[in-house]
Amino acid sequence: MFLKKYISDIFNAVGSLLKGMRLTGFYFTHHKEIITQQYPDNREQLNLPERFRGEVVMLHDENNEHACTGCTACELACPNATIKIITKFDVTPEGKKKKALDTFVYHLELCTMCNLCVEACPTDAIKMAQTFEHSVYDRSQLTKKLNRPGSKIREGVE
Amino acid sequence: MLSLEGITDSIHNWLNHALNPTLAMLSEFVMVGLCVITLFAMLGLVLIMMERKVSAYMQVRIGPNRVGPGGMFQTLADTLKLVVKEGLTPDGADHFLFNLAPFVVLSASMLALAPVAFAKGFQVWDLPIGILYVSAISSVSVIGILMAGWASNNKYSLLGAMRSGAQIVSYELSAGLSVLTIVILTGSLRISDIIQAQQDGWWIFKGHIPAIIAFVIFLIAVTAETNRAPFDMAEAESELTAGFHTEYSGMKFALFFLAEYVNIFIVCAIGAALFFGGWMPFHIGHWESFNHIMDFIPSSIWFTGKTFALIFVIMWFRWTFPRLRIDQLLNLEWKYLLPISMANLLLTTFVAIKGWYF
Amino acid sequence: MKNVEEIGTTEQGELIINVGPQHPSTHGVLHLVITLDGETIRNVEPHLGYIHRSIEKMCESLSYRQFIYVTSRMDYLSSHINNHGCAMCVEKGLQIEVPPRAKVIRVLMDELTRLASHQLWWGALAMDVGALTPFFHAFREREMINSIMEETCGARLTMNYMVPGGVMIDLHPNFQPGVKEFITHFKSKIDEYDELVTDNVIFQNRMKGVGTLSKEDAISYGCTGPTARGSGVRCDVRKLFPYEVYAGLRFDEIIETGGDCFARYMVRMKEMRQSLSIIEQLIDNIPEGDFQAKTKAVLKLPKGEFYTKIETARGEFGVYIISEGGMTPYRIKFRSPGFSNLSALNHMARGYKIGDLVAIMGSLDLVIPDIDR
Repeated sequence: MFLKKYISDIFNAVGSLLKGMRLTGFYFTHHKEIITQQYPDNREQLNLPERFRGEVVMLHDENNEHACTGCTACELACPNATIKIITKFDVTPEGKKKKALDTFVYHLELCTMCNLCVEACPTDAIKMAQTFEHSVYDRSQLTKKLNRPGSKIREGVE
Repeated sequence: MLSLEGITDSIHNWLNHALNPTLAMLSEFVMVGLCVITLFAMLGLVLIMMERKVSAYMQVRIGPNRVGPGGMFQTLADTLKLVVKEGLTPDGADHFLFNLAPFVVLSASMLALAPVAFAKGFQVWDLPIGILYVSAISSVSVIGILMAGWASNNKYSLLGAMRSGAQIVSYELSAGLSVLTIVILTGSLRISDIIQAQQDGWWIFKGHIPAIIAFVIFLIAVTAETNRAPFDMAEAESELTAGFHTEYSGMKFALFFLAEYVNIFIVCAIGAALFFGGWMPFHIGHWESFNHIMDFIPSSIWFTGKTFALIFVIMWFRWTFPRLRIDQLLNLEWKYLLPISMANLLLTTFVAIKGWYF
Repeated sequence: MKNVEEIGTTEQGELIINVGPQHPSTHGVLHLVITLDGETIRNVEPHLGYIHRSIEKMCESLSYRQFIYVTSRMDYLSSHINNHGCAMCVEKGLQIEVPPRAKVIRVLMDELTRLASHQLWWGALAMDVGALTPFFHAFREREMINSIMEETCGARLTMNYMVPGGVMIDLHPNFQPGVKEFITHFKSKIDEYDELVTDNVIFQNRMKGVGTLSKEDAISYGCTGPTARGSGVRCDVRKLFPYEVYAGLRFDEIIETGGDCFARYMVRMKEMRQSLSIIEQLIDNIPEGDFQAKTKAVLKLPKGEFYTKIETARGEFGVYIISEGGMTPYRIKFRSPGFSNLSALNHMARGYKIGDLVAIMGSLDLVIPDIDR
């Protein structure tokens, strides 16, 4: 009885080991199953989903106009003080003073890509871009100015 | 061209003809030494590459593919990196033993290479007790491992070395016993005799049940003896970080690494010689025409093919199985492998006496 | 020769070893001081604090919308579920009714996260006991879930998808087909998991009878999740205190009575199949409607104390908010499952071998940032 159990134990053990070896053997011989993506080589084929959150960018149209009113809603929504908005006062043709965006400072090194600023923006002026290769040699390069030079607010955006 | 038979003889004759016997012998020593060192370097490069590729394919990856065509020069680059790295000796370590240990391990595997028959008539030293010699020498490496573990003055190293000691001492037994079955069937300890005895069929076929059992036990035991997963107690990176070579860096680490792979090669070569006829082509009894066709494939190819097939099996083990625990490891040896190989030895003796093998 | 102090032994000749903070099997910066008698463990003392980021204190200066994203950084493997718990607590305080669509989306995301977490755990546990191949196989399936998450939530690990009142953005059109493809793929692969690891005799020997935790001990140490359920404790928050749409779903609470590593392993393996069945039940029945309830721009919780709990992949995660009526919480306390589970480690590991310690830690599924916060 003891011997019978001893031998059946051995057979079951060897069977279970062979089962695992069959699986690894299968993958060894079936190279189609390989899932490796060779990253820097496949940059062209790399399609990130449109919702991917890589960094905050400000949308500019062809006339170099953006939709940011300088309301600082994003700055308030940001949990890490990533965004700093510097405003100025524009003089409208009617001669009225109007608050407008001067500089949209964005600290990429502080950003956690939580999307709260984009959610908070009432005019959809900013969005998340799909770029993800952010490494630079100097940290100061990560502090970005998001509004392009010479850009102004689009007509009709309040 | 790939048949190495005759090359050694002609070199020997030419040297003896040109020089006096002492000088001839000395120059042969030098040549053999150079050959062995070259073989070591080549084996290290090829086997590490092979391991990385095998593991990669089993893990649905590609593996190294950047350095050289298909990543072929990856190990070369790694070796270069290890050579230029600083060989640190920890402050609290026993400097002499610490630096000696890798060389002990390496010399042990270098010595064990002596009786391996690489091709027909191509062997460093065909000594009459070849198999016994390999068994004896392969246990020397445990001294190096214990030395490394103790001299490192690191608790992980010490634990790893102690485990390794317990493991190699126990598995030596069943490896020896499984080798004995073939010795019984052949009636000789000399490697060339064992290979010659398989002229009409390999022992794994001729010796049927006892030979197959012995082969399985041999495979398990040598996997344990070479400290390979699933028996890599001495390293066990998830438990002991790197076991006995935790403190080693640079070339000294590389020597341990190299010795491990050369040991695998040696045990697989011995296994091939014992059970699969070494360099002997695949012969079936007295089928002269079939045997003749098989003879067209050079003996060095047969040897390499068999050895690397066995190495692949050992790698297959490593990339499939979890590691055993130290007490389970010893249980396996003393409760399963040793009794079975003892019984198998009796069976073999019975078979040999009765002549029930082909 | 070295004297006793230098070698680091106790007076009884027991060896003291520091496992971690950098060690291959602690999966993070956990520091264990273990006392060894030969190979046998006499005592395990976890030292924490290597990754303490004072998240609870940080949350006190963040508004109720902002603090949710920080909790993804605690148990990063079930970041969705952490966010979910926090969002639920804020909703409880504000008495926001979450739209049915958002509820279903939340549960779907939770279960996908649970699957991803268990897959990683499976690979890491196999790696701990010495098999390296399962790790890559597990990541292959986890990658699919990550891609699904990336498509809908915009991130792969720390999504910040749950907001008070619902979810941040509606499901991506590719979500349903993607999840269905994943289900069919994973159903065949989970059998391979069993073939490769569960049935393996070496693995079973490593896990069975190791690190036993009795039912009473599991309760007294405050263990939750698969750790406690492996010891036979009923503690699945999804069953006992159903939230969102869990009450209307058909799934089993997995209970194993072994209390050893293998029981905990089996609980998680079976939970993976349960999660699959939950996802299957929901994926075709996502109700139409809003994905987010209308909330005010600035959330202010009324004065008082609010507590919610939720079942993460590791156990019960509790969020306790004390509000003084301001824009930020007065005090936040997180009850993380990993901390309580870790506290039972010494009890479980004592008397076993070093190799078992690794297996036990693997079976507890520790995530160190969750323990330290």
